[in-house]
Amino acid sequence: MNWLLVVEQCLNGLQLGVMLFLMAAGLTLVFGIMNFVNLAHGSLYMLGAYFAVAFLKWTGSFAASVVLALLATLVVGMLVEVIALRTLYERDHLDHVLATFGLILFFNELVAIAWGRAALFASVPPALGGFVEILPRLRYPVYRAVIILVGLAVALLLYVVVSRTRLGMLIRAGASNRTMVAALGVNIRLLYTVVFGFGAALAGLGGLMAGPIYTVQPGMGEEILIEVLVVIVIGGIGSIRGALVGAVVVGMVDTLGRAFLKPMLATVVSPAAADSAGPALASMSIYILMAAVLYFRPQGLFPATRS
Amino acid sequence: MAEPLLHVRGLRKRFGGLVATDGVDLDVAAGETVAVIGPNGAGKTTLIAQLSGDLAPDAGRICFAGADVTALPAPARSRLGLARSFQITSIFREFSALDNVALAVQAHAGHSFRFWRPARAEAALREPARAVLEQVGLGARGDVPAGTLAHGEQRQLEIAMALATRPTLLLLDEPVAGMGLDESARMVQLLRTLRGRHTIVLVEHDMDVVFALADRISVMVDGRVIATGAPEAIRMNPEVRRAYLGEEVSA
Amino acid sequence: MARRRRALAMLAALAALAAIPLVAGLVNQPFYLDLFRRIMIFAIAAVSLDIILGYGGMVSFGHAAYLGIGAYAVAIPALHGVHSAWVQWPLAMALSGLAALAIGAISLRTSGVYFIMITLAFAQMLYYVGISIEPWGGDDGMRLARRSQLGGPLDLGDPHVFYYVVLAILAVLLLVGDRVIQARFGTVIRAVKSNEPRMRAIGFSTLRYKLAAFVLAGAVGGLAGALLANQTEYLTPSYMHWTRSGDIMVMVILGGMGTLAGPVLGAAAFLLLENVLSAWTVHWQAILGPLLVLVVLYARGGLWGLLPGGASRDG
Repeated sequence: MNWLLVVEQCLNGLQLGVMLFLMAAGLTLVFGIMNFVNLAHGSLYMLGAYFAVAFLKWTGSFAASVVLALLATLVVGMLVEVIALRTLYERDHLDHVLATFGLILFFNELVAIAWGRAALFASVPPALGGFVEILPRLRYPVYRAVIILVGLAVALLLYVVVSRTRLGMLIRAGASNRTMVAALGVNIRLLYTVVFGFGAALAGLGGLMAGPIYTVQPGMGEEILIEVLVVIVIGGIGSIRGALVGAVVVGMVDTLGRAFLKPMLATVVSPAAADSAGPALASMSIYILMAAVLYFRPQGLFPATRS
Repeated sequence: MAEPLLHVRGLRKRFGGLVATDGVDLDVAAGETVAVIGPNGAGKTTLIAQLSGDLAPDAGRICFAGADVTALPAPARSRLGLARSFQITSIFREFSALDNVALAVQAHAGHSFRFWRPARAEAALREPARAVLEQVGLGARGDVPAGTLAHGEQRQLEIAMALATRPTLLLLDEPVAGMGLDESARMVQLLRTLRGRHTIVLVEHDMDVVFALADRISVMVDGRVIATGAPEAIRMNPEVRRAYLGEEVSA
Repeated sequence: MARRRRALAMLAALAALAAIPLVAGLVNQPFYLDLFRRIMIFAIAAVSLDIILGYGGMVSFGHAAYLGIGAYAVAIPALHGVHSAWVQWPLAMALSGLAALAIGAISLRTSGVYFIMITLAFAQMLYYVGISIEPWGGDDGMRLARRSQLGGPLDLGDPHVFYYVVLAILAVLLLVGDRVIQARFGTVIRAVKSNEPRMRAIGFSTLRYKLAAFVLAGAVGGLAGALLANQTEYLTPSYMHWTRSGDIMVMVILGGMGTLAGPVLGAAAFLLLENVLSAWTVHWQAILGPLLVLVVLYARGGLWGLLPGGASRDG
């Protein structure tokens, strides 16, 4: 057993987990506070990636492209909320699902119109290129290590904001009793727009970091959206802590499953069988995990208490 | 008393830091009408919800007709003869009043995995439903969409749906909630006709209703039963008067 | 009365559909035959979804998975020389029904937002499984070796015969669906949508009825998938992609959910719109997207609700 390979895959799992967390945090907040099912969250992730590529081309500076992409995604998020989604909060979930589905179609086409359907190439910035020696004989890509660090930093930031600041208090209160918060005179509309925009920015951050690793193409948001939904279901809707735990677990299970399930199967069944069953089982792994969690805890691991 | 129809021991339920039910004991004999009263927040509706099976208690035992039903879900208890009406009207608004009651009849008329014959054509469902509507005074309103009925009529429909399931025990949660004087009086008349034929556990705020109907009264405060006995005894009970700040428990 | 209006509308629609092959022959455009056959197949899928979505209130976002299973249930036996429709199509329905049973047994224990996301996730799981199984084409999909054999004069290779077979299935489905909605079972499903806690309070074990409806809808979806495989003579796992589920859901809503006839209208409107818009611009989805948002915001009763007679539904 090549333990270095296991460690490397664990790190990859953590990196995927952290990216899932960035998406899940925004999405679960929007679910929990506004009771809004936002399927278009993946579109914001996609926009983050595309904006980063575009701004890099325009300014030539990686740092500038990151900042601009974040801002742009934030603005788009808030615009979408104000223009299209605001009227839907009072409606039932089916309306949310359909409307945001419509947005997905729209944004995918918009991106295809602007940048074409072919995958774009986003390169790892030179400053973050190369490898770092984490353990003796284990070299890990600097870029991925940075993603892990950024993700953990954001998690820490969110923890501080949610538990130590006034905004965080409003968010927690809103998650458990929306009407009460409104009744207390808080400007609910502004709070919602801010929360939505914040979530959009987080998704955009995930997207722009993902660009160099995964392909940048129309529809990239939907791929990751499903995994994010699994994360939220496992973690519990409305809970940031659940989002973090769920994200890391899903990221690990998915990555380790894809890396090791086939070879592990091959030790017990024929190589041919492992060859076809392995990838299939690996792709099912996170859903089986979700089913198992739901069987014992239908509300997820850390559901935010609702009134 | 002889084996009580409803026997509750040590019922407990908490929601986070709030203890809604704090060790409730209750016995109801067959044919009795027991009223459960208490100030707001005493935990009366939570108690009803646990008795009907809509809420699972944290601890305690509920026995109905000699059988331990604590772990049984609401539909199973309904099939055993336990019916509930809701404090906040809970009906099928898009369906007609008759359809509402017919559904209650249907629930106890065999299974519903029937796919061909229209349910509206089944006399075995419609006739009993019509009879119950008559019984509660809605005989003429059967074809009206339930959502457009007046508030008082909807409360009557609530009772009708409970009655249509041919229950032994009726759990009535504030049956006259939101009703005017005339409507309340009519409801009391109706409930009087049910006394003796059904066992009734009645949660109410309206003291006139309580004294008109109850054989015994249990008083709940902060999740506990602090007194139980005949209406007159309860009226005089100093602890009860204190719980209600004196003024409210008066003739 | 809503029922009579719907019955008349369905008869009119079926008659119109029956006339299409004649019209197509007259103007020498066999393409219309193909297009309307495709519309009818998706109408079957949409009607099956309407049972659980429109009447049952279960927002299942994974319905395309059942079409996919049905399609593979035709293509895989065909690959191994089994071409009889009398084997393939019941198999399609059985397998889809089983999948619906498994997915429903887990998903229906939840509700609301969780339910939507879980049905979405499980359906997508089937898509990923489909991609990863190489012997069945993997990502590229597989061709249908030969159309299903019904036997005798019913040769699906003849476009007209195939058209009328699909029409017959749609007609039977609408008829049976109407009876089911009015029967005890349909009444329970509709009442559960209206007020599930009340249903449980009066003595219905609602889970078993919801699950049964879920399985029935899945099975009919499987039949639609079997027909679709025959229609395109080619299938890929993308048939099961969740965006396909979204398309079917749009058809139901666009047409008018909870009406049985509405989804037929919706399927026609959706596919005709797609046909017209895509001839105009390759980026037609950029128009369809916002259009969908507008429909959701302002025309919740769908096309059916816009027809004269108001939006009265089954009570």
